Amino acid sequence: MNGILAPLVTGIAQGSMIALIALGYSMVYGVLKLINFAHSEIFMMGSFFGLFALQHFAGLNPVLATALAMILAMFGTSLLGITVERFAYRPLRGRGKSSLLRITPLVTALGASVFLQNLAQLLFTARQRPYPRLFAQTRPLIFATAVVVMIALELVVKRTWFGKAMRALSTNEEAARLMGIRTSRVIGITFAIGSSLAALGAILYCLDQGDAYPTMGVGIGTRAFVAAVLGGIGSIPGAMLGGLLLGVLGELVKFSGFEGSVDIPVFIVLIAVLLVRPAGLLGSTRAEKV
Amino acid sequence: MRIAHPTRALRTKTGTPLLSIEGLEVHYGGIRALKGISLSIDQGEIVSVIGANGAGKTTTLKTISRLLPITAGTIRYDDRDLGAMSTEEVVEAGISLVPEGRAIFPNLTVRENLELGAFHHKHRQTMAETMEDVTKLFPRLGERLGQDGGTLSGGEQQMLAIGRALMARPSLLLLDEPSLGIAPKLAQQIFAAIRTIAEAGMTILLVEQNTRLALSVSRRAYVLRTGEVSLEGDAKDLAKNEEIQKAYLGGV
Ligand SMILES: Nc1ncnc2c1ncn2[C@@H]1O[C@H](COP(=O)(O)OP(=O)(O)OP(=O)(O)O)[C@@H](O)[C@H]1O
Ligand SMILES: [Mg+2]
Repeated sequence: MNGILAPLVTGIAQGSMIALIALGYSMVYGVLKLINFAHSEIFMMGSFFGLFALQHFAGLNPVLATALAMILAMFGTSLLGITVERFAYRPLRGRGKSSLLRITPLVTALGASVFLQNLAQLLFTARQRPYPRLFAQTRPLIFATAVVVMIALELVVKRTWFGKAMRALSTNEEAARLMGIRTSRVIGITFAIGSSLAALGAILYCLDQGDAYPTMGVGIGTRAFVAAVLGGIGSIPGAMLGGLLLGVLGELVKFSGFEGSVDIPVFIVLIAVLLVRPAGLLGSTRAEKV
Repeated sequence: MRIAHPTRALRTKTGTPLLSIEGLEVHYGGIRALKGISLSIDQGEIVSVIGANGAGKTTTLKTISRLLPITAGTIRYDDRDLGAMSTEEVVEAGISLVPEGRAIFPNLTVRENLELGAFHHKHRQTMAETMEDVTKLFPRLGERLGQDGGTLSGGEQQMLAIGRALMARPSLLLLDEPSLGIAPKLAQQIFAAIRTIAEAGMTILLVEQNTRLALSVSRRAYVLRTGEVSLEGDAKDLAKNEEIQKAYLGGV
């Protein structure tokens, strides 16, 4: 019994971090119907911003330093996310002919991702930069952050005008505009929130297990994307659930003594779920308007 | 009834219509959907636009709400040029569209749908009052505030769509086929509500395929045919018009 508890707890911790990043994919998909491939690079940038901030605050109490680094990194990635949206995605909105309408933004998203990765190589070089080991135990911090974020997000989405506008925009863009909602502003704020959650995930991830380096977004970004799809892309609770499931599943696979990559069983589960529920676990099953 | 708020009523110079469209042309890619239509509505009138499928009725309303680009022509609203405005600005200026097919938010509650109608900050303070008026007008909505919009019947969804538009306290209400796909009894109720709103002073531009129903509530009407105005006049006269009777009222 005790044997399985440890991987479960580790899995939930892993999953919480994946969920923080998955939320960004899902929220942006909700309002734009676009997979923001640059999101994994925003995560990577967040870990660099966090690292520089932590280095700057090296003398401070570790909790205070972490809190400040989180705030600064969230601010930095928010600006970055808004910039990506403003210059890579917005110019394409409302343009393009029907069949290309959905392909063009995807290609742009991939382009933005490559651009950011190269920018990071140029600015920060390709070497791995270790994070300071500030805490003997990072898990309490991970759980506390995840719980606070989930509750705050739930309140924002359900109780605020912004949240209502975001849900309205996700269901019907034209109707949302007819309510007088400035959709560009809602999209911008959504990018800012998603990007700042990625920064939180990035700092927690690096404090827990590693270094910052320009290609770090690829691996964890893919897992977060899979989590978002598994939970039902566009659904906020779905992203949380998908992240947790993926984290726990990964640890259970390791625990079972499976020799190959953890990703293999994870993708098998993903495919199995999508075969039964194409829209993901909590995704809307209504046919999508094209 | 505070929906059409007397203190907010626009005072147009006598003789100037509240809304006037001149030579309006709209294209979908290469398709010319509106070929230069002109129409006008005075303060306090109900005017209907009738016509067969594909005549351009929805296109007209969507263009007024600035959801579609204008190729040529002008739309003036109380001395303002709508051509230069965005959809959000048109809503703010006091024009609300109840779109064809209702377009309510199915996974938001009835209350949230109505609240979104009052999204602009200037309507938020008075939201509670306006919601009271709307639920008085449509008691069924008041009984279902906590329910998801998508669980309502078609007629109730239409009530919700109209109620949601009224939450912005518009000066001009644009209605696109409110009777579409709705049981006759509920359609009657909805048209009774439209009359009530009109009596409270609201100016209404009504698009309908149900010509009889539309002419019965309107003062004037325009007939659209493949993107052009083919007839216009008093609703009473048009109801007696032989051509209309044949084409739209199912024989003499
Ligand atoms: N999105 C679109 N793309 C291309 N053509 C369109 C589009 N929407 C409408 N049209 C065309 O424009 C013309 C006018 O359409 P519109 O929807 O305004 O008609 P309508 O009078 O509202 O018809 P209905 O009574 O069926 O609602 C039609 O010929 C239609 O095929
Ligand atoms: Mg129509």
